Order: sequence, then C-alpha cells, then structure tokens
Amino acid sequence: MTETRIETPAAPRPSRPRRVWESDFIWSFRHSPVAVVSFVVVLLMMLGALFAPLIAPHDPFNPATLNLMNGFTPPGEANQFTGEFFVLGTDDQGRDVFSTILFGMRISLFVGLSAVFLAMLIGVTVGLMAGYLGGWTETLIMRLADVQLTFPAILVAMLIFGIAKGITPPEHRDAMAIWVLILAIGLSDWVQFARVVRGATLVEKNKEYVQAARLIGRTPFSIMLRHILPNVLNPVLVIATISLALAIIAEATLSFLGVGAPPTKPSLGTLIRIGQEFMFSGEWWILFFPAATLLALALSINLLGDWLRDALNPRLR
Amino acid sequence: MINTPVLSVRDLVVEIPTRHGVLRPVDHVSYDIAAGEILGVVGESGAGKSMTGNAVIGLLDPPARITSGEVLLSGQPVHSLRGEALRRLRGKRMGMIFQDPLTSLNPLLTVGDQLAETIIEHLDVSQSEARRRAVAALDEVGIPAASQRMGSYPHEFSGGMRQRVVIALALCAEPDLVIADEPTTALDVSVQAQIIVLLKRLCRERGVAVMLVTHDMGVIAEAADRVAVMYAGRLAELGPVREVLGRARHPYTAGLMASTPLASQGRARLRQIPGAMPRLGNLPPGCAFSPRCDRAQAQCHEEPGPTLKRCDGRAACWFPLNTDATEEAEA
Amino acid sequence: MLAYIIRRVAQSVLVLLVVGLVAFAMFRFVGDPVDAMLGQERTQADIARLTAELGLDQPFPVQYWRFLEQAVQGNFGLSYRQGRPVSEILVERLPATLELAFVSGLMALAGGIALGIFTAIWRRGISANIIMTVSLIGVSLPTFLIGILLIYLFSVELGWLPSFGRGEVTRIGWWTTGFLTESGLKALILPAITLGLYQMTLIMRLVRTEMLEVLRMEYIRFARARGIREKSINFRHALKNTLVPVITITGLQLGSIIAFAIITETVFQWPGVGLLFINAIQFVDIPVMAAYLMLISVMFVGINLIVDMLYFAIDPRLRVDRTAGGH
Repeated sequence: MTETRIETPAAPRPSRPRRVWESDFIWSFRHSPVAVVSFVVVLLMMLGALFAPLIAPHDPFNPATLNLMNGFTPPGEANQFTGEFFVLGTDDQGRDVFSTILFGMRISLFVGLSAVFLAMLIGVTVGLMAGYLGGWTETLIMRLADVQLTFPAILVAMLIFGIAKGITPPEHRDAMAIWVLILAIGLSDWVQFARVVRGATLVEKNKEYVQAARLIGRTPFSIMLRHILPNVLNPVLVIATISLALAIIAEATLSFLGVGAPPTKPSLGTLIRIGQEFMFSGEWWILFFPAATLLALALSINLLGDWLRDALNPRLR
Repeated sequence: MINTPVLSVRDLVVEIPTRHGVLRPVDHVSYDIAAGEILGVVGESGAGKSMTGNAVIGLLDPPARITSGEVLLSGQPVHSLRGEALRRLRGKRMGMIFQDPLTSLNPLLTVGDQLAETIIEHLDVSQSEARRRAVAALDEVGIPAASQRMGSYPHEFSGGMRQRVVIALALCAEPDLVIADEPTTALDVSVQAQIIVLLKRLCRERGVAVMLVTHDMGVIAEAADRVAVMYAGRLAELGPVREVLGRARHPYTAGLMASTPLASQGRARLRQIPGAMPRLGNLPPGCAFSPRCDRAQAQCHEEPGPTLKRCDGRAACWFPLNTDATEEAEA
Repeated sequence: MLAYIIRRVAQSVLVLLVVGLVAFAMFRFVGDPVDAMLGQERTQADIARLTAELGLDQPFPVQYWRFLEQAVQGNFGLSYRQGRPVSEILVERLPATLELAFVSGLMALAGGIALGIFTAIWRRGISANIIMTVSLIGVSLPTFLIGILLIYLFSVELGWLPSFGRGEVTRIGWWTTGFLTESGLKALILPAITLGLYQMTLIMRLVRTEMLEVLRMEYIRFARARGIREKSINFRHALKNTLVPVITITGLQLGSIIAFAIITETVFQWPGVGLLFINAIQFVDIPVMAAYLMLISVMFVGINLIVDMLYFAIDPRLRVDRTAGGH
C-alpha cells in the first residue's frame, strides 16, 4: 500500500513519552501478559542476584556463622535443636537454602551475561569483518564457524573447559573456574552472532547509502560502526536473549557435571549437584528450590526471547 | 438458466479487524460475469482487487472475512460455504491463476503429478485416464512435447511455460469461472501477450467466465470485455471496456487512463494523478477520491461517496464526466 | 553430482584434520605427557626414553603426522588415569552409548516430526497450544533436570525403574547389549527419555516452524484454490517441502545426541563414553579427551555426510548439475 498520507489537519503531536508508550513495540509488550510476567520475573531475579549480599538473611559462605546443628532444617519449620527458622530450609551444612540460591543466581547470571557478552563481542566483530571485507577473511571465518557448528556448543564448552583446566596450575583451578566457564561458554556461542551479522552486512553493504558513505571517503571501520551495525542490532538482540537462556543452562549443566563452578563458589548448577545427593533420603528442598529457580530463570528468558523475536520480526506481524 | 451469470457478486463487504479499528478492503462491491466473458478488474495496489478475487474463491487469509453481501456461482450462494463443501467447488467450478508461476507450483512434485492429482480430485476418472487428460491439458496450453514434460519438475520450465502449466492446472477440472490474479505481472514483457492471448482463447472456446485482476490497463484493453475499476475498496466505475476506456465517467478512471502509456493513444504527454490512494485506516470523510480529484466540490468532501447503484450504475461519482448531461453543459 | 560428493568428502576430511590438530595440540601442550605418564618415581633416563618413544623430540609437523598415523590405526596411547590403552577403554564403553543414542534418536525423530506436524496443522487448536507451551518448558529445562525429575518420580517415589547403571548386559563378540534382558531394557527407559526429550522438543519446534512457513507458500494456496483436499495438502504438498530443510538440521541434532549423552550418562551413571569423557575432564586425562574428541568427530562428520546425500535425494532442484557454488 502506498505510504503517502492524504494531508490531514495537523493534530496536536503527542508528547515523547506518550509516543514511546504508544509505539508498536511497547504496545505489543503491554498486550502480551506472558512477556510482562517473564520480564518481571527476570527483573526480580536480576535485582535479587545483584543485591544478594543485602537481601540474603545469612551469609552461606562464612563458616563462622554456620551452625551444623541447623543442618537439614525443612522449609517453613523451626529447627528442632536451635529453634531457628529458614524460609526454604537448610542443607546438610546448615546453610540457608534461600541465601545459597541468591548467591548461586548471582554466579549463574554473572557467568551467563558475561559469556553472552563475550560471544556477542566476538561474533559481531568477526561477522562484520567477514561480511564487509569478504575475500579470504570471510572464507577463513566462515569455514571456522562451519567446523565449530558441526559440534554442539556444550561439547565445545566442555572441551575448552578441560583444556583450560589442564593449563591452569592445580592450586589456582578453583579460583579460575568462573573465568574459565565464561571463556568456554562465550567461545562456544559466537557462531550464531557471526552468521546473522555477516548475512545482514552482506545485504546492507550493497545499499546505496553505504555506497555513498564509501564514495565520500569514510573508512570501512566508520561505515561498519555507523551504518551497518545499527541495522543488525535487532536480530543480535533476539539472539542475545535466547543465548542468555542457553548460556545459563550451559553453565548449570557444566557445574552440575562437576566441570564448572566449584562447591566453594556454587552456582545454581552446583547447588543442584549437591542437592541431588539428598534426593533419595527425603530432603527434597535442597534440590527442589535451586532447580525451580533455574527453571524459572531459563523459562522466563526464553519466553521473553520468543516474544522479542515475534515483536521485532515484522514479517510475522 | 440462460440468463443467470456464472458469477454474481452482490454488495460484497470484506473486513479486517485491526487494533486501529476495522478496515474494509472490499466495500459493497457488486458485479456479474457471464459465461465466456472476461471482466477486467483494475486499480492500484491496495484497491481491493485481489481481495475481491480471494473472497470469491474463499481464500481470504484470516482475520480478513466476508461480513456481508453475497457471492453467487450460477445462482447458487457460495460465500457461506465452509470446509469440504467449498473445497469441492474450488478447482471444479472455479479455478484460480496466481501471479508468480515460480512460487505457485510445488517445487518437489512433477507437473504431471500436480495435474493428475487435481483431475482425480474432481473428476471420476482412473489414474491412467487422469494422466491422459493431464497430457491433453498441457498440450492445450501450448507446452511442446507435452507427454514428455509430464515428469518434469517446475524448475525445469521457463517462466512463460510455467505460467502455461499454472493455467493448465487451473483449467484441468473444467471450471466455469477462472480468477486470474495478475497473471502476467511476473512475466517478461515478451511473454505477457502470449499468455493473455492463450487465456482469451481458452475462455472463448470453453465458455469460461474470467475475472482478470490486473493493474495493467494495456492487458485490460487487450483482453477484457467489461471493466471494473476499483478505488480504496469500492467500485469506481463498471462498464464495457470500450466505453470505460474511451469515455471514462469517473474522474479516477480518466486520471488512470491519462497516466497510462497506451500505444494507440499517440504521443500525448502522460499526466499523473496528484497524491496517492489513502490508506484504508485513514479514509477521508467524503468520497475516497475527493482529496485528489480536480472536480471535487463541497458535496464530495462532506457526504460519503456515492455507490454505483445510487448513480447511473456506471460511475460512482456525484459529478461524472462524459455523460450526456455534462457534454451538453460543456458544449 | 559426483563432483558434489567429492567436494563434500574433501570438506569432511578437512574438518577431521582440523579436529585432529586440536586433539594433537591438547595432547602435546596441555600438561606434560611425559610427566603425566611416568608418575612419581622416574629417572632422567626414563624421561629421555619416553620422550623419544613418543617422538616429542621431533619437529612439530612430524609429530602431528605421527599422531594422525597412530589415530587412524585407533591408537591413542595410554590413559593417564587408568594406564590402559585408550582405544581398549573406548571400545568397551562404546556399545552403551550407541544403544542409548539409537533409542533416544529414534524417539526424538518419530515423536518430534509427528508432534511438529500436528502442532503446525492444528496451530489454533487447544491441544497444539498446550503442546507448544510444554515444549517451551522442555527447551528451558536442562537435560540433567529432566533426568533428576524422572529419577525422582519413577525410582524414588514409584520405585518402578532403576535410577542408575545399565542393568544386565549380554555379550555378543566385543559388543555388549542391554536389549536382551529385562533389567537391561528397564534401565534403558529413563536415560533414553531424558536424552531424547530435549532433542524431540527441538525437532518438533523446528518441524512446526518449517511447516508453517511452507503452509504460507503460494503453491499451497494454489493447491487449495484447485480444491486439493487438506490431507493431501498437508501430507503431500507441505510435508515433503518441510522435510528438505528439516533433514539437515535434524541430522545435526541426531549427531548432537551422542554429545548430549555425556550429561545423561552422568546423571544415570550410564557406563558409556560420555561418562568416561566427563571423568577425563575432571582428572585432566588428556589422551582420553583427545580420543573422545576424534571419535565423536568421525561420527558427526559421517552423519553430516549422510544427511547431505539424503538432502540430495529428496530435492530434485539439486539433482540438476549445479556443481559450482555452495547451496
């Protein structure tokens, strides 16, 4: 349909916040209860993780405040020896499960966000280069991407973790584990970004405004940054959201398998690994609450990503 | 029965509910097509021509739907049919030709399979008889060595040949009505004329009624018997092709003609209609064409545009051109 | 066609060479192999002897070539941890993983395609929407949580199925199978579901997306306009077109089942190569890691190759001579 409008008498132009509120993007958000609820859940969890030291009723990693007598306190009941009360119960060491979850979430989210950021940084840079420069740069990058894509990301992450572990001296392994995790997950996930960015760059590159920018003598770097990058932001945002859910799951999986966050710095995955031991003896809460938290976190981010993909993809509207 | 038109559209309204209100891509459209007749439906993109065709054959994409009016096929109402009853009619009683032959053929099935499947679906014949008829259908639309091409896949044909296959598919179960939705738009100019000639010949030979949807006035002049001009979902003008093209009564038709390069019209400078067709969600209060019309008067801007019925049945305009009255006045 | 196959095989070999390089680099540079193999009591002579034996005094390309030569013959050296030949350990563990992957893959493929078609055709129906919602939970649910959930339900609460191990196995030559005993079959159920569920969800969502895409195509509208019945439109016109892209990605998914088996095997203490790999990472047992990497690469590349050939068989557009350019 033709876009030109018939002249209408000038209606008062709505204020800027009003226009943002009425925009298609926000409109679709306001009218998707799923998106709103998942957004609130993710936001609450991020805040909880960020302010964990302030919110947590106990410091689960300070041995001085731990009382073994508090071990295995069921949720919502007072401990039979000490009379202390824990919302979600305690584990075998007497650590408050609610507090360990808050701190675990902190590590899970930190690793997840950092890994996605790393993957995005590598993927977008490399994708822009491949798309814009072409030639052997492109061939090399995309071949490498193909080879890596032959293998599932989790396997690549395990391998990188294993190699990094082999290189790190044993006494530093626990301290380095978090950074190694970020590196492993980030390096295992850049291909998606690179492929999308390269594809979009190939399309944008031949558009007239980019040709024009080149003619007036802009450097490739500035063209990529100012003209091409803004056009690939939408798909990158969608992939980043979905990747975040995948990264959090990957981190949890690695930690659960015992090749991730160490018990001294437990993430949600480590907590589930610990909790699994008590599944057979009836202390279900040590396993259940971290698992439910992980699920809620991953599910909310996935739902948000799903909605985002639909909202930003005009073809589906 | 002899006087019952093959297709009769009566006050057809198609609506699409959106969050900005209800849009009406087809607004009280009425026309008939007789057996062996070609009705050309013209208008800009978005004028509602294709939507009318889709409504007739029952292929509107939800949420678009027919909200009032009738579609009669040989006097029998079909607009209210659903599911199985509608499916039996499609292909058998009414066929459709799509715009792009590249995308309208299934790439993974041979043309023979697609033809035979359609024939078996509608005619009570054996597999071998169906294949025999499929070869005949390909032959009829001018595919050389038809029996050898049965096993070919669509990508093995050229664009023009593919559109011939599409026509064979639309006609193979011998429908009474064919809706051709921009059948030449996606083709090379050199092939367009061949396809139009073919369509015209088949229509005459078999007495098929054709609804030829196009934005190309040249195609209309070449093929149609009568023309329906659509603007913003409404019929602007309806009449025999010579009358409408030669002595347009609606200012929009006149503008459309003046902006079309027809070889027969000499070297007069092309004029354009100022502005663009309004979007459906943003129609002016009066006649939809009034903001672009140089003849518009106060009545045009204020009162809702007239329907064909309220005027002389030719042009939906308060102040039509080329009528006896206006000619007298201008003389 | 022949040129295409040759090119694909060449690509596969290239991938294997790259992976081989990674595996070799791991073996050579992560930790000191001589150090790891000799243990505490060693003499300078031992070190020199082993260095020469492993060829570590040779130039890098020579070492890489020797490594490849050995790898092709299935010789990956001794496990640092167990002191046995890695190939021997792998062969012992492989049947468990393959049987598990086979059953899960079959389940994921059959279930995924069927549910994908179902949810695409009846996309506005209630049951389709329920399935889609559940599947989203399924995608968000990490494999190990599914395993734990199943163990809790069927082993701890109901006590119907075993929570770990492979049950009783029958030996057929070098192969061990759990298919022939009741306890073996019972032990297979929970791990197979755990491993297959996630893949099934992915395949289902993929089939659904592709099918919806295809159902929007003009040729489907044209088929409708010709009065072809829905059954034929869905299963003849749409399904075939859906399967073309699905086969590629599904093939890769099936390959990744073998990798994801690592997680399932750990949860269920299933004695396969995946569990072996995880233990190898924990104890930095480099030869086992390298050998596992090579083994799984060969499988992946093989699957990819088969998938490509299948793709070729289904899509007539590719059968025309189009050897130049990629697809």
